[in-house]
Amino acid sequence: MAWESLDRRTPVIEPNAPPVLSEAIRAKIRSFFPRYETKRAALLPALHVVQDALGHVSWQAMKEIAEVLEIPPAQVLDTISFYTHFWTHEKGRKVVVLCRSLSCQLLGADAVRQAIERQLKIGEHETTEDGAYSFVTEECLAACDHAPCLLINERLHKCVKPGDVPKLLADPNNDRVAMPRSELFDRPAGSAVESKGGA
Amino acid sequence: MASFEPVLTRNFGVENIRSIDVYRAKGGYKAAETALRSMSPEQVVEVVTAANLRGRGGAGFPAGVKWSFLPKDRRITYLCVNADESEPGTFNNRALMEGDPHQVLEGILISGYATRTTTAYIYMRVEFHEQFHVLQKALDAAYAAGLFGRNILGTNFSMDCYIHRGAGAYVCGEETGLIESLEGKRGWPRIKPPFPAVEGLFRRPTVVNNVETLACVVHIIERGAEWFKSIGTANSAGPKLYTISGPVKRPGVYEAPLGLSCRELIFGDAYAQGMSDGKGVKGCIPGGLSVGVLTEQELDCKLDFDDVRKYGLLGLGTAGAIVIPSDADIRQVLMNVTRFYAHESCGQCTQCREGTSWMYKIAARIAIGAGRIEDLDLLIEVSQNMGMMGGLSICGLPDGAAYPIRTIVEKFRDEFERHIRAQEPGRAAEVLRRLNPAAYSLPILGQSRWVGVR
Ligand SMILES: Cc1cc2nc3c(=O)[nH]c(=O)nc-3n(C[C@H](O)[C@H](O)[C@H](O)COP(=O)(O)O)c2cc1C
Ligand code: SF4
Ligand code: FES
Repeated sequence: MAWESLDRRTPVIEPNAPPVLSEAIRAKIRSFFPRYETKRAALLPALHVVQDALGHVSWQAMKEIAEVLEIPPAQVLDTISFYTHFWTHEKGRKVVVLCRSLSCQLLGADAVRQAIERQLKIGEHETTEDGAYSFVTEECLAACDHAPCLLINERLHKCVKPGDVPKLLADPNNDRVAMPRSELFDRPAGSAVESKGGA
Repeated sequence: MASFEPVLTRNFGVENIRSIDVYRAKGGYKAAETALRSMSPEQVVEVVTAANLRGRGGAGFPAGVKWSFLPKDRRITYLCVNADESEPGTFNNRALMEGDPHQVLEGILISGYATRTTTAYIYMRVEFHEQFHVLQKALDAAYAAGLFGRNILGTNFSMDCYIHRGAGAYVCGEETGLIESLEGKRGWPRIKPPFPAVEGLFRRPTVVNNVETLACVVHIIERGAEWFKSIGTANSAGPKLYTISGPVKRPGVYEAPLGLSCRELIFGDAYAQGMSDGKGVKGCIPGGLSVGVLTEQELDCKLDFDDVRKYGLLGLGTAGAIVIPSDADIRQVLMNVTRFYAHESCGQCTQCREGTSWMYKIAARIAIGAGRIEDLDLLIEVSQNMGMMGGLSICGLPDGAAYPIRTIVEKFRDEFERHIRAQEPGRAAEVLRRLNPAAYSLPILGQSRWVGVR
């Protein structure tokens, strides 16, 4: 429920935590400013950039985003708590998002879900011990013609059968879209962050 | 029927159509040149109004009329392109953006010109990763070709266009929820009036339109209002992208004149070609989840803006059909539907927040074999006590919740009752007592009996 904090553990607030946003990330956030009348409007793009770069948006990161956008940190927290896409605690390097809406359910999403949980040995909203995968379900992904379908990070997997799951999850490139891409929302080049999964 | 020529999908499958040169070679951006070079913005609005282009995003409001509500003396205007597409069963916008991205951009350009837009924002749901890259690449190419930015096509019209990515919330598809979300806030719909045309994004005049609505504009300019009106039915003009999913032979996107029957969409040779694995049809949710359900006997319903109402549906919706096979358990269907709205209600309005999650709890109990006959009345009662149409809530989400839930319960009541009668005796009371005895000892309005735990 959008108004209920489902997947959010209380962020650990450390008053003296070191800064987490590199200058490259800050510059990337600022590059969105000319698009909008207010700086606050750059908040969703900023959260995307930070989550892509750091894996999740910690309380410290929220405070620094607030600084860049010149708004109170409470407004960042308020907004972030509304959207299911953002993680305020660590998540796996890859996130499996399984569709649970009607078309997918009618075509066997429940069995796919069980196969994923069996393979990863985790339930919904959990992360594997090695930090490779997190698993969530979401409402319709607008790909019902390919039901049952799931996303692994950026990549959509279509008409998934329970038997396909082990192979699918073992594939190191299962989270990439192989196509000309725009780097607009991507992690800024040169930012010192861990490499993001895959080969 | 045979004479119908698809236009929205005409370039689908053309090799390299995502490249601007190929799109231009197919006649692309000609309509934009016509509009910008030889028509005034007011003339474009007139043609679109005359064509009776009704919004394809769900509400069916005429686009030209909406544009004419913009105040005359404005200096800044925003166009928000609604690409949030989260209505279960719907994927026509996705198909348009990946199948022919420049057609979408051309529609934005012409509509932006008509509304004298200064900046257009394409609000795209974040799950559209591939589509984001496709459209952003196309947008970059269009900018390089002078189709966006300053002095477009050498005229003195200037407009910027950006893609703004959402973050996973159905309610951000509601036009004012979208605006709030664009401003960097939680996607809480606003009370209307003021309508966005008067006070929208950053409190400026704003137009919100669906991707498909804007794509239609290209063809209206190219072929004229009379051509557009000659397609479809009297009140529902033009071509429409129907989508169909569920256990059918050929799920997908099909372009047809408005007024296609649901039966034709499921069984027609040009469409889904019937059920897979020889299954029968139990029912069909023909317009995205929120419109309600048709039974097998009602499949002759025409999917346009009027006929659907004769069958107790909310409206045409998005024309995204979900086919329910005869072997599906209706209790599971109901649980899935109620869960969606309980999860997606933004929580501002009491009736919607509490009503949607209450209905989900009831449906979940029925699904685990702990339902009561009274629960069916209770579901209908709750569904009647929420919604914008009754003045009880800020946006249309709870209306969209009430229709499918009410029609499923009413039209399949026998089946629910059969399941409930076959339950283990005493199970319902036992589960209820365990969950929350107090919460369910409530009277049903209009009935003089109490429905306590028995
Ligand atoms: C809860 C809710 C969700 C909506 N979601 C969408 C959506 O995902 N896409 C869309 O185009 N319209 C959606 N709408 C309809 C919009 O509010 C609005 O009517 C539409 O974008 C207007 O565009 P149109 O006139 O071109 O159809 C939604 C409405 C409600 C009440
Ligand atoms: S009706 Fe529901 S979704 Fe709409 S604003 Fe109110 S609580 Fe939010
Ligand atoms: S129902 Fe699963 S993608 Fe639409």
